[in-house]
Amino acid sequence: MDFVNLLQRKFIDYSSSLHREGIVDDQFTQLRKLEDENSPHFVMEVASLFFEDCEKLINNMAIALEQKQGVDFKQIDECIHQLKGSSSSIGAMRVKNACIAFRSFSDGQNREGCLRCLQQLSHEYSLLKNKLQTLFRVSVASRCLYVCLVIFCRGNEHAEPFPDVLVFQLEKEIVAAGGSIPRVH
Amino acid sequence: MAVELGDEPHVLAVDDNLIDRKLVERLLKNSSCKVTTAENALRALDYLGLGNDTLEGTVSEVNMIITDYCMPGMTGYELLKKIKESSVLKEVPVVIMSSENIPTRISQCLEEGAKMFMLKPLKQSDVKQLKWHLMKCRN
Repeated sequence: MDFVNLLQRKFIDYSSSLHREGIVDDQFTQLRKLEDENSPHFVMEVASLFFEDCEKLINNMAIALEQKQGVDFKQIDECIHQLKGSSSSIGAMRVKNACIAFRSFSDGQNREGCLRCLQQLSHEYSLLKNKLQTLFRVSVASRCLYVCLVIFCRGNEHAEPFPDVLVFQLEKEIVAAGGSIPRVH
Repeated sequence: MAVELGDEPHVLAVDDNLIDRKLVERLLKNSSCKVTTAENALRALDYLGLGNDTLEGTVSEVNMIITDYCMPGMTGYELLKKIKESSVLKEVPVVIMSSENIPTRISQCLEEGAKMFMLKPLKQSDVKQLKWHLMKCRN
């Protein structure tokens, strides 16, 4: 179980660093508390939706700011509002703060200011996505390893082949992390 | 231990933000509530049987409605008013959520009959408090 403990330690340390750096705040911790056996991948699922949403909104704002005939600041404001809401709900503190700063330039209809803010926002988003994906990889790795060890130990103790329910759990973890299951014929 | 399905309160959650819908749904399910979500006020009204597009025989009973304040088209406040105007639904508790702490907004909603006003982002403790109120209403 040493490897599992090592990975779990890594997860805790990495998670703490995300909080220290202000990448995530207490709301992210609240989200993790919502995971249970009925919903073990809740945070990953919500984060994926957030990444999609964020990319779409950043893209829309970039297009709006490029319009030669005039920038639709109302649209920009709506995008910021959406993103501020989502980032706040998921606990993405730096993205949320970038949105707050962005809003003041959008309110002032300052195109140059908005462009700078959009750049900052994209940067914070990339940072968040990178860090969270790493965190999830460590989390899934430790869960998979744990299940493998249980299968291995059970197999050794009882001379059983892989118990179906554990293999199924392992497959679910792999698929949740974006992997695929090779089928052996 | 026997599980009585009839005891699970049915909550309609209305929010135009997908992330917030997912969050409120999870929070409510963790508090043993049955949840239906709607992405805007018009869809909510249809579901409640007050809309123009309500289909015959599809109206479900809900024990509570929780709605975001800021939504495109019809706001949560306007949705609240419509619900309170309905003879069928006026007794259903309505909770308003908002990311902005604006005292006039809060008092406006409470005066119109909202049961509670909650600040986003929601946490498990907020929903526990909500459920306590809901169970009190039922009894």
